[in-house]
Amino acid sequence: MDIEHLADMANDIANFFESELGKEEAHKGIRLHISRYWDPRMRRAIIDHVRQHGDGGLRPSVAAAVRGLPEPPAVT
Amino acid sequence: MHSLLHHDHGTPAASGQPVTLFIDGAQVTVPEGTSIMRAAAVAGGAIPKLCATDTLRPYGSCRLCLVEVEGQRGYPASCTTLVAPGMKVRTESDKLAQIRRGVVELYLTDHPQDCRECKAGVRCELHQMAEQLGVKEPRYGLDGASHQCAKIDDSNPYFSFDPAACIVCSRCVRACGEVQGTFALTIDGRGFASKVVASQDEGFMESECVSCGACVESCPTGALTEKSMQQIGMPEAVVNTTCAYCGVGCSFDAEVKGQEVVRMVPSRAGKANRGHACVKGRFAYTYATHEDRIRTPMIRKKITDPWTPVSWEEAFAYAASEFRRIQEKYGRASVGGITSSRCTNEETYLVQKLVRAALGTNNVDTCARVCLSPTGYGLKSTMGESAGTQAFDSIMQSDVVMIIGANPNEGHPVFGSRLKRRLRDGARLIVADPRETEIVRSPHIQADFHLQLRPGTNVALINSLAHVVVTEGLVNEAFVAARCEKEPFERWRRFVAEPRNSPEAMESVTGVPARLVRGAARLYATGGNGAIYYGLGVTEHSQGSTMVMGIANLAMATGNLGREGVGVNPLRGQNNVQGSCDMGSFPHELPGYRHISDDTVRGEFNGAWGVELDSEPGLRIPNMLEAALDGSFKALYVQGEDPAQSDPNTQHVTAGLAAMECVVVQDIFLNETAKYAHVLFPGSTFLEKDGTFTNSERRISRVRKIMEPLAGLADWEVTIRFAKALGYEMNYSHPSEIMDEIARLTPTFAGVTYEKIDREGSIQWPCNAEAPLGTPTMHVGEFVRGKGKFFITEYIPTREKANARFPLLLTTGRVLTQYNVGAQTRRTPNSLWYDEDRLEIHPQDAEDRGVVTGDWVGVTSRAGETVLRADVTDRVAAGVVYTTFHFPESGANVITTENSDWATNCPEYKVTAVQVVKVQQPSAWQKRFQEQHEQQMKFLKAAQGETHG
Ligand code: SF4
Ligand code: SF4
Ligand code: FES
Repeated sequence: MDIEHLADMANDIANFFESELGKEEAHKGIRLHISRYWDPRMRRAIIDHVRQHGDGGLRPSVAAAVRGLPEPPAVT
Repeated sequence: MHSLLHHDHGTPAASGQPVTLFIDGAQVTVPEGTSIMRAAAVAGGAIPKLCATDTLRPYGSCRLCLVEVEGQRGYPASCTTLVAPGMKVRTESDKLAQIRRGVVELYLTDHPQDCRECKAGVRCELHQMAEQLGVKEPRYGLDGASHQCAKIDDSNPYFSFDPAACIVCSRCVRACGEVQGTFALTIDGRGFASKVVASQDEGFMESECVSCGACVESCPTGALTEKSMQQIGMPEAVVNTTCAYCGVGCSFDAEVKGQEVVRMVPSRAGKANRGHACVKGRFAYTYATHEDRIRTPMIRKKITDPWTPVSWEEAFAYAASEFRRIQEKYGRASVGGITSSRCTNEETYLVQKLVRAALGTNNVDTCARVCLSPTGYGLKSTMGESAGTQAFDSIMQSDVVMIIGANPNEGHPVFGSRLKRRLRDGARLIVADPRETEIVRSPHIQADFHLQLRPGTNVALINSLAHVVVTEGLVNEAFVAARCEKEPFERWRRFVAEPRNSPEAMESVTGVPARLVRGAARLYATGGNGAIYYGLGVTEHSQGSTMVMGIANLAMATGNLGREGVGVNPLRGQNNVQGSCDMGSFPHELPGYRHISDDTVRGEFNGAWGVELDSEPGLRIPNMLEAALDGSFKALYVQGEDPAQSDPNTQHVTAGLAAMECVVVQDIFLNETAKYAHVLFPGSTFLEKDGTFTNSERRISRVRKIMEPLAGLADWEVTIRFAKALGYEMNYSHPSEIMDEIARLTPTFAGVTYEKIDREGSIQWPCNAEAPLGTPTMHVGEFVRGKGKFFITEYIPTREKANARFPLLLTTGRVLTQYNVGAQTRRTPNSLWYDEDRLEIHPQDAEDRGVVTGDWVGVTSRAGETVLRADVTDRVAAGVVYTTFHFPESGANVITTENSDWATNCPEYKVTAVQVVKVQQPSAWQKRFQEQHEQQMKFLKAAQGETHG
């Protein structure tokens, strides 16, 4: 998956939750949104990105949300 | 001519208190406000008439319907005289017969003995009256001055006008005004010289006529007749069905002769359309028998190979073996499917079932992804249900209507006509749209406020409207206190009240003068029943879901929910967008919008389908295409959809499709996506199958089979056979059995059966034990989620900004006569009205570029370039350009980008930064497109030659 595009998508999600839940709590909404709407390979890609590059290109709330995501199942 | 089934009551129904009178000695009770004519018809009698018909207000011109009323002098016209308590009416007497015969004789002196309607095998109403009154020959002879040499107007492809048969009863003129709201017809001249003319007597085709057919249906003689009637002759049977075009979902009585449709007549009993239709539904059905129809299954190894026609069995076996091979090699989740909003509920349900149960993945999505998916997200979050709140009838109770990002008179024409009618009767209108659409200004219509905002600034606008409501004390406090969650409301109230959300602060963002925003907000909040209708101009943005929430917030804050006349209503683009979403087409949701991770719900489906469903959400359409490019998605089953034309950033889409190893397309034509397919399953049109569609108002209506599928199988049968080839049995012998399963597994559909739909005509879901006959108005008394929830809707500018390189903003839409990707309407005479996509550009922007109407212009964005012909007009504001996407070769989506709604990935079609320059030749993409098109058409022709030869 194109990580730049995934990062844009995640940052857009963060825009909403940062205003809805506040900067401190936004990561919870983002995490839930990503786990409910992104298929496992998309989650895998963004988790790997954060592991390798830290916050690179992501809003801090997104990076925090991604760190809280459970390991997605392997795509079989 | 009316539908064969129609019994005309002469004047419209009234709804007052009961009034009892006596007609020819018999006691009759009807509502106050009813005409004597209608009362007599209700009682089973029929007073002779010509100028009256029950879709139109009485006019009183022909004087054929005269009656005698005890205690009154003279002979009042029964169509214009209302009933009164105790009134005693005589409808027959020697004197009345004498007067009526005189009237008919006069008409007959200037009417062909055998008018065209009579030739087609039905007696026209004038000849029926003559027969009924025993008039054989007109007493005055036929030698006087007449109109019998007048020229027939044949210009419209669907109907013609023969002035010789016209009796100047004005029914057509009134139908055009009252029913359609176009006012294209007038009576020109006086007395004997008077005649019906279209616009300035320029013929129907050149006039303002939009070919809705209302005048043709209301004409009592053969003056206005459908050409199909003249060609095919009288229909022999009537089959009720539902239009397969837009989300209004008009009900039609298809009049047929054998397996051929003679006419489509909008059904008077149809609750979505109340007897009206548009040019698409009424006339543009001939694509069903077009020579381009795919009539045999075909396969090929590579997309650069010619097609091999095969039997259905071979096609299923090949597709199934490819899908299984690919899953074996790349994993279970390397395949997926796309369901269609043009197919029936039952077919859509089966495709998602095939993907989830037979292929074992949740990679299923639908075209609603690219149009209205934010509606589901936004309305479910705020109110608890992913659907509009009202029935279309509700508009008749509205006092203020706000139309946001929708062009109902082109996109949802029958609703547009009803809206115009309500506006002419006094409702007020607010329109938020970057373009001056027909509803902003047209005959007898003038919006009170046109908020002509810059594309991409919807949320800024809705927040500033809300700001006015909150800061000027216009909140419906009682409603909010009783019906909404307190804390989120208070937060929202504080948020929108912030000065940065004021109309004055937002004016520089939206471009809308603050005083207009203030005026519009006051009107909506205080003008009585306020109803919001919106379209893709709301959803197809990077903040589409936020905007839907913003709309819901505004409606809740003003108490405009939970009764007739108010509400929040998405106007769905395609006939079955609502249905395809309801049927579990989204990768994260099972039928009835229940999340796939819900163990209880999944358990029910596991039990019913005999499988273990995956609990993880699957890929959405844009994600599938991305995954195809990175090599993890390899096979796609597409039913009745055309992402290669309809989805944004065409070159990205086609690269994704080309990267797949097996694309199976099921469609009636070789569409753009089929050019990238390895297997073609011939699809069937709505005339060839049974099923149901669900329209924008959640109304489930029957689609009934009129002819055999051209390739032998209806779409639902194809999916069953494909599933079987994959090793998964689906045992249904009729679509009604599929609906029975849907009802068993989906709480909002629990009470739906074909038998009930047949009985009731149609049903609006939720239909269950609490609402056995369905639910016209949602959220009455309580929201589906309990208390309504306000959300903070911060305006975030899209990253698609106009800049020095791309200084203009492109937005897209559609026209009345063409439908979406045009696959159907381009193959009908509708193309006579619109045969190419054009680029609308403001005179100032055109002048800066030396462009005049008709010039070829290159339109370039960061995604690509295409070339269109320019149309210089001030319908668009300076800085904005606009085009449609009905023709593949114009490549409107070559320019649109992959930006999308944050919550749902619905593409941001409505905002693309572009540059426009005058050019002399097609773009590089268009040249490549043309080459590929010619090659693929050659393959198709060769394959068809093989089967036919
Ligand atoms: S077809 Fe419709 S728009 Fe055209 S003249 Fe008749 S009623 Fe008016
Ligand atoms: S296209 Fe829409 S408005 Fe026109 S007839 Fe069909 S459903 Fe009705
Ligand atoms: S029908 Fe009443 S005047 Fe014509």
